Amino acid sequence: MKPFSWRFVRMWQRNRDVFLRLWHSEAPGFIAEPILILVAMGLGLGAYVGLVDGQSYIEFIAPGIIASYAMFSASFECTYGTFVRMEYQRTFDAIIATPLSVEDVIAGEIFWGATRSLMTGTVILAIAAAFQLVHSPWALLIPLVCFLEGVMFASIALLFTSLAPAIYTFNYYFTLFITPMFFFSGVFFPLSSFPQIVQTLSWIIPLTPVVHVTRALVSGELHLSLLWALAIMIAVAAVFFSLALVTMRRRLAV
Amino acid sequence: MGIIETRGLTKRFKDVLAVDRVDLEIEEGECFGLLGPNGAGKTSLIRMITAVSPVTAGEIWVQGKNLDKCAREAKAIMGVVPQMDNLDPDLTVLQNLLTFARYFDIPKREARRRSLELLELFKLEDRLNARIRELSGGMKRRLLVGRGLINQPRILILDEPTIGLDPQARYLVWHKLAQLNSEGVTRILCTHNMEEATVLCDRVAVMNEGRILSLGAPRRLISEYAGDAVWEIDVRPDAHEAIVQELERRGLDFEDSGTQIHVFHADSDESLREVVSSPDNMRRRPATLEDVFFRLTGRSLVE
Repeated sequence: MKPFSWRFVRMWQRNRDVFLRLWHSEAPGFIAEPILILVAMGLGLGAYVGLVDGQSYIEFIAPGIIASYAMFSASFECTYGTFVRMEYQRTFDAIIATPLSVEDVIAGEIFWGATRSLMTGTVILAIAAAFQLVHSPWALLIPLVCFLEGVMFASIALLFTSLAPAIYTFNYYFTLFITPMFFFSGVFFPLSSFPQIVQTLSWIIPLTPVVHVTRALVSGELHLSLLWALAIMIAVAAVFFSLALVTMRRRLAV
Repeated sequence: MGIIETRGLTKRFKDVLAVDRVDLEIEEGECFGLLGPNGAGKTSLIRMITAVSPVTAGEIWVQGKNLDKCAREAKAIMGVVPQMDNLDPDLTVLQNLLTFARYFDIPKREARRRSLELLELFKLEDRLNARIRELSGGMKRRLLVGRGLINQPRILILDEPTIGLDPQARYLVWHKLAQLNSEGVTRILCTHNMEEATVLCDRVAVMNEGRILSLGAPRRLISEYAGDAVWEIDVRPDAHEAIVQELERRGLDFEDSGTQIHVFHADSDESLREVVSSPDNMRRRPATLEDVFFRLTGRSLVE
Protein backbone atom coordinates (compact mmCIF):
# COMPACT_ATOMS: atom_id res chain seq x y z
CA MET A 1 0.00 0.00 0.00
CA LYS A 2 1.26 3.48 -0.88
CA PRO A 3 0.38 6.21 1.63
CA PHE A 4 -1.62 9.28 0.72
CA SER A 5 -0.32 12.82 1.19
CA TRP A 6 -1.78 16.15 2.34
CA ARG A 7 -2.68 16.74 -1.32
CA PHE A 8 -5.90 14.78 -0.70
CA VAL A 9 -7.17 18.20 0.38
CA ARG A 10 -7.19 19.25 -3.29
CA MET A 11 -9.62 16.45 -4.18
CA TRP A 12 -11.74 17.28 -1.14
CA GLN A 13 -11.82 20.95 -2.21
CA ARG A 14 -12.89 19.98 -5.71
CA ASN A 15 -15.81 17.97 -4.33
CA ARG A 16 -16.71 20.76 -1.91
CA ASP A 17 -16.78 23.31 -4.74
CA VAL A 18 -19.07 21.08 -6.80
CA PHE A 19 -21.31 20.57 -3.77
CA LEU A 20 -21.53 24.32 -3.14
CA ARG A 21 -22.51 24.79 -6.77
CA LEU A 22 -25.07 21.98 -6.98
CA TRP A 23 -26.18 21.26 -3.40
CA HIS A 24 -29.74 22.46 -3.97
CA SER A 25 -30.25 19.66 -6.51
CA GLU A 26 -29.75 16.85 -3.97
CA ALA A 27 -29.38 18.07 -0.40
CA PRO A 28 -33.12 18.78 0.27
CA GLY A 29 -33.93 15.13 -0.37
CA PHE A 30 -31.34 14.07 2.16
CA ILE A 31 -32.99 16.29 4.77
CA ALA A 32 -36.65 15.71 3.87
CA GLU A 33 -36.48 11.93 4.00
CA PRO A 34 -35.18 11.56 7.57
CA ILE A 35 -37.76 14.09 8.79
CA LEU A 36 -40.50 12.07 7.10
CA ILE A 37 -39.23 8.85 8.68
CA LEU A 38 -38.93 10.48 12.06
CA VAL A 39 -42.47 11.84 11.94
CA ALA A 40 -44.15 8.85 10.28
CA MET A 41 -42.45 6.16 12.34
CA GLY A 42 -41.94 8.16 15.49
CA LEU A 43 -45.38 9.67 15.84
CA GLY A 44 -47.45 7.32 13.66
CA LEU A 45 -46.03 3.93 14.63
CA GLY A 46 -44.96 5.31 18.00
CA ALA A 47 -48.59 5.79 18.99
CA TYR A 48 -48.98 1.99 18.96
CA VAL A 49 -45.55 1.08 20.29
CA GLY A 50 -45.61 3.06 23.49
CA LEU A 51 -42.43 3.26 25.52
CA VAL A 52 -39.20 1.54 24.50
CA ASP A 53 -36.51 1.22 27.20
CA GLY A 54 -38.40 3.88 29.12
CA GLN A 55 -38.42 6.38 26.22
CA SER A 56 -41.13 7.46 23.82
CA TYR A 57 -40.70 5.72 20.44
CA ILE A 58 -39.73 8.90 18.59
CA GLU A 59 -37.03 9.56 21.20
CA PHE A 60 -35.81 6.01 20.80
CA ILE A 61 -35.41 6.12 17.01
CA ALA A 62 -34.01 9.68 16.64
CA PRO A 63 -30.34 8.77 17.35
CA GLY A 64 -30.63 5.79 15.01
CA ILE A 65 -32.04 7.98 12.24
CA ILE A 66 -29.04 10.31 12.65
CA ALA A 67 -26.61 7.39 12.36
CA SER A 68 -28.49 5.77 9.43
CA TYR A 69 -28.74 8.88 7.29
CA ALA A 70 -25.11 9.77 7.97
CA MET A 71 -24.36 6.26 6.65
CA PHE A 72 -26.55 6.78 3.57
CA SER A 73 -24.78 10.06 2.75
CA ALA A 74 -21.27 8.61 2.65
CA SER A 75 -22.52 5.45 0.94
CA PHE A 76 -24.26 7.25 -1.93
CA GLU A 77 -21.40 9.71 -2.35
CA CYS A 78 -18.76 6.99 -2.58
CA THR A 79 -20.72 4.51 -4.73
CA TYR A 80 -22.81 6.30 -7.37
CA GLY A 81 -20.98 9.62 -6.95
CA THR A 82 -17.50 8.17 -7.17
CA PHE A 83 -18.43 5.80 -9.98
CA VAL A 84 -19.79 8.64 -12.11
CA ARG A 85 -16.67 10.73 -11.54
CA MET A 86 -14.42 7.77 -12.24
CA GLU A 87 -16.08 6.05 -15.20
CA TYR A 88 -18.36 8.55 -16.93
CA GLN A 89 -16.60 11.86 -16.32
CA ARG A 90 -13.05 10.50 -16.26
CA THR A 91 -12.32 13.11 -13.62
CA PHE A 92 -9.78 10.93 -11.81
CA ASP A 93 -7.81 10.31 -15.01
CA ALA A 94 -7.35 14.04 -15.41
CA ILE A 95 -6.37 14.54 -11.78
CA ILE A 96 -3.80 11.75 -11.52
CA ALA A 97 -1.88 13.42 -14.37
CA THR A 98 -1.27 16.34 -11.95
CA PRO A 99 0.88 16.11 -8.78
CA LEU A 100 -1.94 14.21 -7.03
CA SER A 101 -1.54 10.44 -6.78
CA VAL A 102 -4.28 7.81 -6.92
CA GLU A 103 -4.04 7.58 -3.11
CA ASP A 104 -4.52 11.34 -2.71
CA VAL A 105 -7.62 11.20 -4.92
CA ILE A 106 -9.12 8.27 -3.02
CA ALA A 107 -8.36 9.73 0.41
CA GLY A 108 -9.98 12.95 -0.80
CA GLU A 109 -13.08 10.99 -1.82
CA ILE A 110 -13.25 9.21 1.54
CA PHE A 111 -12.87 12.39 3.58
CA TRP A 112 -15.40 14.12 1.38
CA GLY A 113 -17.85 11.24 1.91
CA ALA A 114 -17.21 11.59 5.65
CA THR A 115 -17.87 15.32 5.40
CA ARG A 116 -21.23 14.58 3.82
CA SER A 117 -22.01 12.25 6.75
CA LEU A 118 -21.03 15.00 9.17
CA MET A 119 -23.29 17.52 7.42
CA THR A 120 -26.27 15.16 7.26
CA GLY A 121 -25.82 14.00 10.86
CA THR A 122 -25.56 17.58 12.11
CA VAL A 123 -28.69 18.75 10.29
CA ILE A 124 -30.78 15.82 11.57
CA LEU A 125 -29.41 16.36 15.06
CA ALA A 126 -30.56 19.99 14.87
CA ILE A 127 -34.00 18.87 13.72
CA ALA A 128 -34.19 16.29 16.51
CA ALA A 129 -33.23 19.02 18.97
CA ALA A 130 -36.02 21.20 17.56
CA PHE A 131 -38.43 18.31 18.28
CA GLN A 132 -37.02 18.32 21.84
CA LEU A 133 -35.65 14.81 21.46
CA VAL A 134 -32.09 15.60 22.59
CA HIS A 135 -31.47 15.59 26.33
CA SER A 136 -27.74 15.84 26.83
CA PRO A 137 -24.93 18.26 25.91
CA TRP A 138 -22.88 15.15 25.01
CA ALA A 139 -24.91 15.21 21.79
CA LEU A 140 -22.58 17.98 20.62
CA LEU A 141 -20.05 15.21 19.94
CA ILE A 142 -22.38 13.55 17.44
CA PRO A 143 -20.99 15.41 14.38
CA LEU A 144 -17.54 14.01 15.18
CA VAL A 145 -18.97 10.52 15.54
CA CYS A 146 -20.74 10.97 12.20
CA PHE A 147 -17.43 11.95 10.59
CA LEU A 148 -15.72 8.82 11.89
CA GLU A 149 -18.77 6.82 10.79
CA GLY A 150 -18.47 8.50 7.38
CA VAL A 151 -14.81 7.52 7.00
CA MET A 152 -15.83 3.95 7.77
CA PHE A 153 -18.77 3.74 5.35
CA ALA A 154 -17.01 5.75 2.62
CA SER A 155 -14.07 3.34 2.77
CA ILE A 156 -16.32 0.28 2.59
CA ALA A 157 -18.22 1.86 -0.32
CA LEU A 158 -15.02 2.70 -2.19
CA LEU A 159 -13.73 -0.83 -1.81
CA PHE A 160 -16.96 -2.03 -3.41
CA THR A 161 -16.80 0.69 -6.09
CA SER A 162 -13.26 -0.29 -7.00
CA LEU A 163 -14.58 -3.75 -7.87
CA ALA A 164 -17.91 -2.72 -9.43
CA PRO A 165 -18.10 -3.54 -13.14
CA ALA A 166 -21.13 -1.30 -13.80
CA ILE A 167 -23.23 1.27 -12.03
CA TYR A 168 -26.12 -1.22 -11.71
CA THR A 169 -23.95 -3.30 -9.39
CA PHE A 170 -24.67 -0.81 -6.63
CA ASN A 171 -28.24 -2.11 -6.41
CA TYR A 172 -26.73 -5.17 -4.73
CA TYR A 173 -24.71 -3.04 -2.39
CA PHE A 174 -27.76 -1.19 -1.15
CA THR A 175 -30.32 -4.02 -1.07
CA LEU A 176 -28.00 -6.65 0.38
CA PHE A 177 -25.79 -4.58 2.65
CA ILE A 178 -26.99 -1.06 3.44
CA THR A 179 -30.75 -1.65 3.78
CA PRO A 180 -30.42 -4.74 6.03
CA MET A 181 -28.14 -2.71 8.26
CA PHE A 182 -30.83 -0.07 8.52
CA PHE A 183 -33.13 -2.72 10.06
CA PHE A 184 -30.74 -4.90 12.07
CA SER A 185 -28.64 -2.33 13.91
CA GLY A 186 -31.05 -1.35 16.65
CA VAL A 187 -32.38 1.73 14.89
CA PHE A 188 -36.09 0.86 15.11
CA PHE A 189 -36.15 -1.64 17.97
CA PRO A 190 -33.68 -2.72 20.64
CA LEU A 191 -31.34 -5.53 19.67
CA SER A 192 -32.58 -7.37 22.75
CA SER A 193 -35.78 -8.19 20.81
CA PHE A 194 -33.70 -10.62 18.71
CA PRO A 195 -32.61 -14.14 19.68
CA GLN A 196 -29.11 -14.20 21.20
CA ILE A 197 -27.45 -15.41 17.99
CA VAL A 198 -28.85 -12.50 15.95
CA GLN A 199 -27.80 -10.06 18.69
CA THR A 200 -24.22 -11.30 18.47
CA LEU A 201 -24.22 -11.23 14.68
CA SER A 202 -25.63 -7.72 14.58
CA TRP A 203 -22.44 -6.48 16.23
CA ILE A 204 -20.55 -7.60 13.13
CA ILE A 205 -22.41 -5.10 10.95
CA PRO A 206 -20.79 -1.72 11.31
CA LEU A 207 -23.89 0.44 11.84
CA THR A 208 -24.62 -1.24 15.21
CA PRO A 209 -21.75 0.36 17.16
CA VAL A 210 -22.58 3.77 15.64
CA VAL A 211 -26.23 3.59 16.77
CA HIS A 212 -25.02 2.46 20.19
CA VAL A 213 -22.82 5.59 20.45
CA THR A 214 -25.30 8.14 19.09
CA ARG A 215 -28.06 6.81 21.36
CA ALA A 216 -25.83 7.18 24.41
CA LEU A 217 -24.76 10.70 23.43
CA VAL A 218 -28.33 11.87 22.85
CA SER A 219 -29.57 10.49 26.19
CA GLY A 220 -26.41 11.34 28.11
CA GLU A 221 -26.22 7.82 29.59
CA LEU A 222 -22.53 7.07 29.03
CA HIS A 223 -20.97 3.71 29.81
CA LEU A 224 -17.73 1.90 29.09
CA SER A 225 -19.15 -0.13 26.21
CA LEU A 226 -18.99 3.09 24.17
CA LEU A 227 -15.20 2.78 24.04
CA TRP A 228 -15.62 -0.73 22.68
CA ALA A 229 -18.03 0.59 20.02
CA LEU A 230 -15.64 3.40 19.06
CA ALA A 231 -12.75 0.94 18.87
CA ILE A 232 -14.74 -1.21 16.43
CA MET A 233 -15.50 1.83 14.27
CA ILE A 234 -11.86 2.92 14.17
CA ALA A 235 -10.65 -0.58 13.37
CA VAL A 236 -13.19 -1.15 10.59
CA ALA A 237 -12.42 2.30 9.14
CA ALA A 238 -8.65 1.69 9.18
CA VAL A 239 -8.91 -1.72 7.52
CA PHE A 240 -11.27 -0.66 4.74
CA PHE A 241 -9.47 2.65 4.15
CA SER A 242 -6.24 0.75 3.48
CA LEU A 243 -7.97 -1.84 1.31
CA ALA A 244 -9.68 0.86 -0.76
CA LEU A 245 -6.34 2.56 -1.48
CA VAL A 246 -4.90 -0.71 -2.77
CA THR A 247 -7.86 -1.82 -4.88
CA MET A 248 -8.44 1.64 -6.32
CA ARG A 249 -4.80 1.88 -7.41
CA ARG A 250 -5.26 -1.45 -9.13
CA ARG A 251 -8.31 -0.11 -10.95
CA LEU A 252 -7.06 3.37 -11.88
CA ALA A 253 -3.35 2.95 -12.58
CA VAL A 254 -3.53 0.56 -15.54
CA MET B 1 21.10 13.61 -21.97
CA GLY B 2 17.53 14.19 -23.16
CA ILE B 3 14.78 15.67 -21.02
CA ILE B 4 12.95 12.35 -21.34
CA GLU B 5 14.65 9.02 -21.91
CA THR B 6 13.24 5.55 -21.99
CA ARG B 7 15.08 2.27 -22.10
CA GLY B 8 13.46 -1.06 -22.91
CA LEU B 9 10.07 0.46 -22.11
CA THR B 10 7.39 -2.22 -22.31
CA LYS B 11 3.68 -2.34 -21.56
CA ARG B 12 1.65 -5.51 -21.56
CA PHE B 13 -2.11 -5.77 -21.05
CA LYS B 14 -3.07 -9.38 -20.40
CA ASP B 15 -2.27 -10.93 -23.79
CA VAL B 16 -1.61 -7.71 -25.72
CA LEU B 17 1.87 -6.28 -25.99
CA ALA B 18 1.04 -2.58 -26.37
CA VAL B 19 4.57 -1.17 -26.12
CA ASP B 20 7.51 -3.40 -26.93
CA ARG B 21 11.00 -2.45 -25.68
CA VAL B 22 11.04 1.19 -26.76
CA ASP B 23 14.21 3.23 -26.41
CA LEU B 24 13.66 6.95 -26.82
CA GLU B 25 15.59 10.10 -26.16
CA ILE B 26 13.63 13.32 -26.37
CA GLU B 27 15.68 16.51 -26.48
CA GLU B 28 14.83 19.49 -24.35
CA GLY B 29 12.90 22.10 -26.34
CA GLU B 30 12.06 19.95 -29.35
CA CYS B 31 8.67 19.08 -30.73
CA PHE B 32 8.58 15.31 -30.98
CA GLY B 33 5.87 13.62 -33.03
CA LEU B 34 4.52 10.14 -32.46
CA LEU B 35 2.79 8.71 -35.50
CA GLY B 36 1.19 5.35 -35.98
CA PRO B 37 -2.13 3.66 -36.69
CA ASN B 38 -4.72 3.16 -33.95
CA GLY B 39 -3.51 0.53 -31.53
CA ALA B 40 0.16 1.18 -32.34
CA GLY B 41 0.88 1.87 -28.67
CA LYS B 42 1.24 5.67 -28.75
CA THR B 43 -1.25 6.38 -25.97
CA SER B 44 0.12 3.57 -23.80
CA LEU B 45 3.62 4.98 -24.28
CA ILE B 46 2.47 8.45 -23.33
CA ARG B 47 0.55 7.25 -20.28
CA MET B 48 3.71 5.62 -18.95
CA ILE B 49 5.81 8.72 -19.60
CA THR B 50 3.26 10.85 -17.73
CA ALA B 51 3.45 8.48 -14.73
CA VAL B 52 -0.23 7.55 -14.74
CA SER B 53 0.30 4.02 -15.99
CA PRO B 54 2.82 1.62 -14.42
CA VAL B 55 5.48 0.15 -16.69
CA THR B 56 5.59 -3.60 -17.30
CA ALA B 57 9.35 -3.46 -17.88
CA GLY B 58 12.02 -0.91 -18.67
CA GLU B 59 12.84 2.50 -17.28
CA ILE B 60 11.98 6.15 -17.79
CA TRP B 61 14.08 9.16 -16.84
CA VAL B 62 12.71 12.68 -16.74
CA GLN B 63 15.31 15.42 -16.42
CA GLY B 64 17.85 12.76 -15.54
CA LYS B 65 15.81 11.32 -12.67
CA ASN B 66 14.17 7.92 -12.56
CA LEU B 67 10.44 8.53 -12.97
CA ASP B 68 9.69 5.80 -10.44
CA LYS B 69 11.22 7.95 -7.72
CA CYS B 70 10.12 11.41 -8.83
CA ALA B 71 6.63 10.89 -10.28
CA ARG B 72 5.10 13.82 -8.40
CA GLU B 73 7.95 16.15 -9.29
CA ALA B 74 7.80 15.10 -12.94
CA LYS B 75 4.03 15.50 -13.15
CA ALA B 76 4.37 19.02 -11.74
CA ILE B 77 6.36 20.14 -14.81
CA MET B 78 4.20 18.28 -17.34
CA GLY B 79 1.08 19.47 -19.09
CA VAL B 80 -1.14 16.75 -20.51
CA VAL B 81 -3.79 17.18 -23.20
CA PRO B 82 -5.56 13.81 -23.37
CA GLN B 83 -7.23 12.31 -26.38
CA MET B 84 -10.53 11.83 -24.54
CA ASP B 85 -12.31 14.83 -23.10
CA ASN B 86 -12.01 14.62 -19.33
CA LEU B 87 -12.99 18.16 -18.47
CA ASP B 88 -14.87 18.37 -15.20
CA PRO B 89 -18.56 18.62 -16.20
CA ASP B 90 -19.58 19.49 -12.64
CA LEU B 91 -17.69 22.79 -12.90
CA THR B 92 -17.88 25.85 -15.15
CA VAL B 93 -15.27 26.72 -17.78
CA LEU B 94 -13.38 29.09 -15.48
CA GLN B 95 -13.72 26.75 -12.48
CA ASN B 96 -12.21 23.96 -14.55
CA LEU B 97 -9.02 25.96 -14.95
CA LEU B 98 -8.97 27.31 -11.38
CA THR B 99 -9.54 23.86 -9.91
CA PHE B 100 -6.84 22.39 -12.12
CA ALA B 101 -4.44 25.16 -11.08
CA ARG B 102 -5.11 24.21 -7.45
CA TYR B 103 -3.96 20.62 -8.12
CA PHE B 104 -0.61 22.23 -9.02
CA ASP B 105 -0.61 24.47 -5.91
CA ILE B 106 -0.73 27.63 -7.99
CA PRO B 107 -1.80 30.50 -5.70
CA LYS B 108 -5.35 31.76 -6.21
CA ARG B 109 -4.57 35.16 -7.68
CA GLU B 110 -1.96 33.79 -10.08
CA ALA B 111 -4.34 30.95 -11.06
CA ARG B 112 -7.02 33.48 -11.93
CA ARG B 113 -4.62 35.58 -13.97
CA ARG B 114 -3.36 32.59 -15.95
CA SER B 115 -6.86 31.18 -16.45
CA LEU B 116 -8.23 34.40 -17.88
CA GLU B 117 -5.18 34.75 -20.11
CA LEU B 118 -5.59 31.21 -21.47
CA LEU B 119 -9.33 31.66 -22.00
CA GLU B 120 -8.63 34.80 -23.96
CA LEU B 121 -5.91 33.09 -25.98
CA PHE B 122 -8.25 30.25 -26.91
CA LYS B 123 -11.19 32.56 -27.56
CA LEU B 124 -13.29 31.31 -24.69
CA GLU B 125 -13.33 34.54 -22.70
CA ASP B 126 -17.07 35.05 -23.16
CA ARG B 127 -17.86 31.50 -21.96
CA LEU B 128 -16.32 31.83 -18.48
CA ASN B 129 -19.42 30.72 -16.65
CA ALA B 130 -20.71 28.25 -19.19
CA ARG B 131 -21.09 24.62 -18.21
CA ILE B 132 -18.95 22.12 -20.05
CA ARG B 133 -21.93 20.45 -21.73
CA GLU B 134 -22.93 23.78 -23.25
CA LEU B 135 -19.64 23.96 -25.17
CA SER B 136 -19.19 22.74 -28.73
CA GLY B 137 -16.71 19.95 -29.43
CA GLY B 138 -14.17 22.45 -30.69
CA MET B 139 -14.50 24.65 -27.60
CA LYS B 140 -13.96 21.66 -25.33
CA ARG B 141 -10.84 20.75 -27.27
CA ARG B 142 -9.49 24.29 -26.95
CA LEU B 143 -10.24 24.33 -23.25
CA LEU B 144 -8.40 21.01 -22.85
CA VAL B 145 -5.33 22.47 -24.57
CA GLY B 146 -5.58 25.58 -22.38
CA ARG B 147 -5.90 23.42 -19.25
CA GLY B 148 -2.72 21.60 -20.25
CA LEU B 149 -0.87 24.92 -20.16
CA ILE B 150 -2.15 26.11 -16.75
CA ASN B 151 1.00 25.01 -14.88
CA GLN B 152 3.31 26.55 -17.51
CA PRO B 153 4.74 23.10 -18.21
CA ARG B 154 8.32 22.44 -19.30
CA ILE B 155 7.02 19.35 -21.09
CA LEU B 156 3.71 19.46 -22.91
CA ILE B 157 2.20 16.16 -24.01
CA LEU B 158 -0.62 16.30 -26.51
CA ASP B 159 -2.63 13.31 -27.69
CA GLU B 160 -4.50 14.32 -30.86
CA PRO B 161 -4.84 17.99 -29.83
CA THR B 162 -6.53 19.22 -32.99
CA ILE B 163 -8.91 16.36 -33.70
CA GLY B 164 -12.35 17.75 -34.51
CA LEU B 165 -11.17 21.36 -34.70
CA ASP B 166 -12.14 23.64 -37.56
CA PRO B 167 -9.24 25.10 -39.60
CA GLN B 168 -9.29 28.38 -37.68
CA ALA B 169 -9.06 26.72 -34.29
CA ARG B 170 -6.43 24.31 -35.55
CA TYR B 171 -4.37 27.22 -36.74
CA LEU B 172 -4.74 28.84 -33.31
CA VAL B 173 -3.44 25.71 -31.58
CA TRP B 174 -0.59 25.27 -34.07
CA HIS B 175 0.37 28.87 -33.60
CA LYS B 176 0.51 28.46 -29.82
CA LEU B 177 2.53 25.24 -30.12
CA ALA B 178 5.01 26.94 -32.42
CA GLN B 179 5.26 29.85 -30.00
CA LEU B 180 6.12 27.46 -27.15
CA ASN B 181 9.13 26.53 -29.25
CA SER B 182 10.72 29.91 -28.57
CA GLU B 183 10.07 29.42 -24.85
CA GLY B 184 12.02 26.19 -24.93
CA VAL B 185 9.05 24.00 -24.00
CA THR B 186 9.47 20.36 -24.97
CA ARG B 187 6.42 19.04 -26.80
CA ILE B 188 5.38 15.49 -27.52
CA LEU B 189 2.63 15.29 -30.07
CA CYS B 190 0.61 12.19 -30.94
CA THR B 191 -1.26 12.73 -34.14
CA HIS B 192 -2.86 11.17 -37.17
CA ASN B 193 -2.64 14.43 -39.02
CA MET B 194 0.48 14.16 -41.17
CA GLU B 195 0.40 17.79 -42.14
CA GLU B 196 0.40 18.72 -38.47
CA ALA B 197 3.41 16.52 -37.81
CA THR B 198 5.29 17.93 -40.81
CA VAL B 199 4.58 21.53 -39.86
CA LEU B 200 5.20 21.29 -36.13
CA CYS B 201 7.63 18.51 -35.37
CA ASP B 202 11.40 18.65 -35.30
CA ARG B 203 11.51 14.88 -35.24
CA VAL B 204 8.88 12.19 -35.63
CA ALA B 205 8.80 8.53 -34.70
CA VAL B 206 6.59 6.14 -36.63
CA MET B 207 5.20 3.41 -34.38
CA ASN B 208 3.45 0.18 -35.18
CA GLU B 209 2.58 -2.81 -33.01
CA GLY B 210 4.35 -1.33 -30.03
CA ARG B 211 7.67 -0.70 -31.74
CA ILE B 212 9.30 2.37 -33.21
CA LEU B 213 9.90 1.60 -36.87
CA SER B 214 11.71 4.75 -37.84
CA LEU B 215 12.69 8.04 -36.30
CA GLY B 216 14.03 11.29 -37.69
CA ALA B 217 13.27 14.77 -38.99
CA PRO B 218 10.15 14.73 -41.19
CA ARG B 219 12.05 15.90 -44.30
CA ARG B 220 14.71 13.28 -43.76
CA LEU B 221 12.18 10.48 -43.40
CA ILE B 222 10.34 11.65 -46.49
CA SER B 223 13.44 11.68 -48.67
CA GLU B 224 14.60 8.36 -47.23
CA TYR B 225 11.36 6.48 -47.72
CA ALA B 226 9.70 8.24 -50.62
CA GLY B 227 12.13 10.59 -52.34
CA ASP B 228 11.15 14.06 -53.49
CA ALA B 229 8.17 13.06 -55.55
CA VAL B 230 5.77 10.18 -55.90
CA TRP B 231 4.04 8.92 -59.03
CA GLU B 232 0.51 7.70 -58.56
CA ILE B 233 -0.70 5.39 -61.29
CA ASP B 234 -4.30 4.25 -61.55
CA VAL B 235 -4.28 0.80 -63.14
CA ARG B 236 -6.94 -1.14 -64.99
CA PRO B 237 -6.94 -4.85 -64.16
CA ASP B 238 -5.97 -5.88 -67.72
CA ALA B 239 -2.92 -3.58 -67.76
CA HIS B 240 -1.84 -4.36 -64.24
CA GLU B 241 0.61 -7.15 -64.87
CA ALA B 242 2.39 -5.42 -67.74
CA ILE B 243 2.92 -2.28 -65.71
CA VAL B 244 4.23 -4.14 -62.69
CA GLN B 245 6.63 -6.08 -64.90
CA GLU B 246 7.88 -2.94 -66.54
CA LEU B 247 8.42 -1.20 -63.18
CA GLU B 248 10.31 -4.23 -61.93
CA ARG B 249 12.43 -4.32 -65.08
CA ARG B 250 13.39 -0.72 -64.50
CA GLY B 251 14.29 -1.55 -60.90
CA LEU B 252 11.98 1.12 -59.50
CA ASP B 253 10.86 1.34 -55.91
CA PHE B 254 7.09 0.96 -56.00
CA GLU B 255 4.13 -0.23 -53.98
CA ASP B 256 1.25 -2.06 -55.57
CA SER B 257 -2.14 -1.85 -53.93
CA GLY B 258 -4.07 -3.47 -56.79
CA THR B 259 -5.92 -0.59 -58.39
CA GLN B 260 -3.23 1.97 -57.67
CA ILE B 261 0.54 1.84 -57.86
CA HIS B 262 2.81 4.31 -56.10
CA VAL B 263 6.31 4.77 -57.47
CA PHE B 264 8.79 6.31 -55.05
CA HIS B 265 12.19 7.89 -55.58
CA ALA B 266 11.22 8.34 -59.23
CA ASP B 267 11.82 12.04 -59.03
CA SER B 268 11.47 13.93 -62.26
CA ASP B 269 11.71 10.92 -64.51
CA GLU B 270 9.16 11.78 -67.20
CA SER B 271 10.07 8.62 -69.11
CA LEU B 272 7.88 6.77 -66.65
CA ARG B 273 4.92 7.96 -68.66
CA GLU B 274 5.84 5.40 -71.33
CA VAL B 275 4.91 2.65 -68.92
CA VAL B 276 1.22 3.31 -69.18
CA SER B 277 -0.84 3.48 -72.30
CA SER B 278 -2.92 6.40 -71.14
CA PRO B 279 -0.71 8.90 -69.34
CA ASP B 280 -3.80 10.69 -67.94
CA ASN B 281 -4.02 7.96 -65.36
CA MET B 282 -0.82 8.98 -63.66
CA ARG B 283 0.18 11.97 -61.59
CA ARG B 284 3.35 13.21 -60.03
CA ARG B 285 3.07 14.90 -56.65
CA PRO B 286 5.48 15.89 -53.86
CA ALA B 287 6.18 13.15 -51.37
CA THR B 288 4.69 13.62 -47.90
CA LEU B 289 4.93 12.11 -44.46
CA GLU B 290 1.80 10.17 -45.35
CA ASP B 291 3.83 8.19 -47.88
CA VAL B 292 6.34 7.38 -45.16
CA PHE B 293 3.50 6.35 -42.88
CA PHE B 294 1.97 4.00 -45.44
CA ARG B 295 5.31 2.50 -46.42
CA LEU B 296 6.13 1.73 -42.81
CA THR B 297 2.79 0.63 -41.48
CA GLY B 298 1.03 -0.72 -44.58
CA ARG B 299 -2.11 0.37 -46.33
CA SER B 300 -4.56 -2.13 -44.96
CA LEU B 301 -6.62 -1.67 -41.84
CA VAL B 302 -5.24 -3.89 -39.11
CA GLU B 303 -7.52 -3.20 -36.18
